[in-house]
Amino acid sequence: MQPLSNIESLLYFSPEILLVIFAAAVIILDLVVKDRESVAVAYLSLVGCLCTFAAVLFTHFSFGDEGPVSLFLGMIRLDVFSSFFKVLLLLATAATILFSLRSEELDARLKGEYYALLLAITFGMFLMASSTNLLMIFISLETVSLTSYILAGFLTHSPRSSEAAFKYITYGAVASGTMLFGLSLLFGMAGTGDLAQISGRLTELLAAGEIAPLAVLIAITFVLAGVGYKIASVPFHMWSPDVYEGAPIPITAFLSVASKSAGFALFIRFFYAGFGSTELMQAVDWPFMLAIVSALTMTVGNLAALPQQNVKRLLAYSSIAHGGYLLMGGVLLTSQGVGAILFYLVVYLFMNLGAFYVVVLIANEVGSEMVEGYRGLSSRAPLVAWAMVIFLVSLAGIPPFAGFFGKWILFTAVLEQGYYWLALVGLLNSVVSLYYYARIVKAMFFEDAGEETTNVSFSTGTFALLSVFVIPTIFIGFINIFYTFSNISVSVIPMQ
Amino acid sequence: MLLSLMIFIPLLGMVAVLLLPRESEELIKRATLLFTLIPLALAVYLFIAYDRSTAGTQYVVNVPWIEAFNIQYHIGIDGLSVTLLLLTALLGPICVIASWRNIEKGIKAYMALFLLLETGMLGFFAALDLFLFYVFFELTLLPMYFLIGVWGGPRREYAAIKFFLYTLFGSVLMLVAMIAVYLNSGDPGARTFDIPTLIALASTAGHALNDLNFQIWVFLGFFIGFAVKVPIFPFHTWLPDAHVEAPTAISVILAGILLKMGTYGLVRINMAMFPQGLDHFTNGVGFWGNSLALLGFINIVYGSFCALAQTDFKKLVAYSSIGHMGFVILGLAARNDSGITGAILQMFNHGVISAMLFLLVGVLYDRAHHREINGFGGLGSRMPIYTGITTLAFMASLGLPGLSGFVGEALSLLGAYDKFKMLTILSTIGIVVGAAYFLWTLQRVFLGTLNPKYEELPEINGREILTLVPLGILTIVLGVWPNFAIDMFRESVTNLIDVLNAI
Repeated sequence: MQPLSNIESLLYFSPEILLVIFAAAVIILDLVVKDRESVAVAYLSLVGCLCTFAAVLFTHFSFGDEGPVSLFLGMIRLDVFSSFFKVLLLLATAATILFSLRSEELDARLKGEYYALLLAITFGMFLMASSTNLLMIFISLETVSLTSYILAGFLTHSPRSSEAAFKYITYGAVASGTMLFGLSLLFGMAGTGDLAQISGRLTELLAAGEIAPLAVLIAITFVLAGVGYKIASVPFHMWSPDVYEGAPIPITAFLSVASKSAGFALFIRFFYAGFGSTELMQAVDWPFMLAIVSALTMTVGNLAALPQQNVKRLLAYSSIAHGGYLLMGGVLLTSQGVGAILFYLVVYLFMNLGAFYVVVLIANEVGSEMVEGYRGLSSRAPLVAWAMVIFLVSLAGIPPFAGFFGKWILFTAVLEQGYYWLALVGLLNSVVSLYYYARIVKAMFFEDAGEETTNVSFSTGTFALLSVFVIPTIFIGFINIFYTFSNISVSVIPMQ
Repeated sequence: MLLSLMIFIPLLGMVAVLLLPRESEELIKRATLLFTLIPLALAVYLFIAYDRSTAGTQYVVNVPWIEAFNIQYHIGIDGLSVTLLLLTALLGPICVIASWRNIEKGIKAYMALFLLLETGMLGFFAALDLFLFYVFFELTLLPMYFLIGVWGGPRREYAAIKFFLYTLFGSVLMLVAMIAVYLNSGDPGARTFDIPTLIALASTAGHALNDLNFQIWVFLGFFIGFAVKVPIFPFHTWLPDAHVEAPTAISVILAGILLKMGTYGLVRINMAMFPQGLDHFTNGVGFWGNSLALLGFINIVYGSFCALAQTDFKKLVAYSSIGHMGFVILGLAARNDSGITGAILQMFNHGVISAMLFLLVGVLYDRAHHREINGFGGLGSRMPIYTGITTLAFMASLGLPGLSGFVGEALSLLGAYDKFKMLTILSTIGIVVGAAYFLWTLQRVFLGTLNPKYEELPEINGREILTLVPLGILTIVLGVWPNFAIDMFRESVTNLIDVLNAI
């Protein structure tokens, strides 16, 4: 099917348009409502998510049998893959809005901007998941980055939050500059910005000997700087512990899940659609480079997490490590590998958001983000403590929780490609990770709270939201439909 | 269906216990007891109804589970698994009764975790799908970690995390081997985790699973996973810590069942699925050909000498476990009829005897609040019944003919003597040392003059006797009539030996 023209595309662009409309509506509503305590804007943004979700379903099913369509003359693509990520991102956004409602650290005067920015960043991530043109890729990435700098620094009274935003912006500027350079190299070599055509052009040029493989490798590496920064892979991960520690907890949760997912969407599309052909892989050994990056990312993340005392920071390092596991699926992008990444992202969404939700709850009720603050929680708030155990154990990848199934299909995909050393590194890393997750469990269950022995009570709504994360974390692995994600990856392969 | 019911009734019990109010402790205990007695009744039924004349798996359930990876919920029993299922189901209610009085805090969570643990163990022994097998194997980790870590002794945190990390380390290597077997089992789409199918494929000449080099590597992967569990030297260091810190009933489960999971895995996976890999490590040629027997020998001698040096009663029993599991390894390494039969019998016997020993240590600890062997003396006059039962357990454990411990060890050694003469002869040192430490302990704790501190020590009570009597009867019955158990798995062993000889 031919790329649709700009006017024809608008209908299929309705989810993104809706997000922008609701972002604007949130700002207006915030101006109208005078009551500082009002939560109307939060609910309006939730409605926005819901409407966008309906629009995603509508656009997804309306192209029907005609297959994936290219919109705006080939700038972005509407396919199963992008719809999958849109649903995932909406889930993360909705969860973040609900967390923010419960969080007590956010400034009530700024909540209009806060929710509007959340919707705006979701808009950017939607674009990241569907861009097929180098220019569009860069613009979408920048939209997300700029918005997240503001959100990370949203606690205006906290120096740590400002520091986080500043670090974020400095690293981000360098990373996106490097990426832009890489993109320009690719554009210069291939003479086109369209991912689908780049693959063919580069293959021809390499075969003809007109460009050196090293040039392509350098260009890819530069682009990887930008993507790696988004998914916090080594060596572009340095910003993430400080940002995660300094940012408001709901934003930390959002960045660690949604930002990472969008990063992986972009990563998969870029490498799988642009550089996935066998000829290119033979000429330019990027899979090996990714394998190294993946092994380093998980090892650095896990080792750095070991001594952490701040739970937020610990989870930040853990999320770097999970980025490393996910990258394993990106080594030699096979449909199994991509399917494994998608499966793991779904699992990761529930278990990681769940863990962060517990952090929000504990920060509110106990007033501490440190591991010591979790002491004796098993007797003070048993249900929350057990929920946290389920999230942590699932993050460590122990059966019967979903995290295990996620890791297992990732490792199967890696072993299938013969990367035995990488699988071993990954598995030994999960043993290491168990140690620091167990430290939180130990504080909650094996240690006494000291003087603080009053029970902490939570509302029914809290438990309801908690169970939204607990139940999938227990059961996703047992449901067959989730194992069919490798089919989704097929839609990413561009039409020739 | 019957088998599934047996596996999942404890899980159902866990949900039920969690729904009960925290205050009604008696009700929680009774419910737990009920939910462990039902599997026992079913296990006894299976034990009686099991058709002894065939090696094939019985009571098979095979339904698709995760279709994309061809994973099935495939369970069934053969002679080996039904024996261990009976042991597991028997120790379940015994441990609940043993925990009746001495778990002071969080009885609800304790019982719920215990029931989850039981589901993991029962499922593990019945699983016939490699993936399911692994999931059940790992399912026991988490409850065990909490049971040691929350309700354990003074160094419980250290012991719990050590147990967890060691076992997880072993099982991730096992996971790699498992995935490797899966990936090599056929073309994409035709791959399988089904254990009987894999066993058949692995002995088909020309199949990828039949390759010697491949078998050696995956054998090692699985072996390390199980060796940590058994535990085989040098992976044993978690065991003394875990045992000493764990509460009595959990030590019983640890020694009685969890160690058997390791040796059961060796038989079910390593021996049956990778006969060539096994041959490489047990053919008696060179270092590698003797390595498995050597490990068995080290376990026996090292475990026994370590036990001899202990002054903590519980640690002594823990090290004696390492020694006794060595006989299992030695018997398996012999891979002949008497060796394997002896090994399996020893697995069952050790489960019964070590359970008794840990219960007995618990009885003493509950009264005196310490376990220092040298701190007692002359208890024989103060607690005659307790002394009698302890003597029975000691004699059974040190291998007195007429009691069950003797038969298993004698058969293992007999089998091993055929192939590894020198190692077998040297291993008998372990039996001598075993006799030494048990008799010496008997002397220090029960004979001599009564320590005046313990003049008022109460005699073992009815509840405690109730936990010990069934096990005591089993040691005597199996000592004079070992065929009671051997008949169950005779055909399975013959079948296994056929597989081993086919290469």
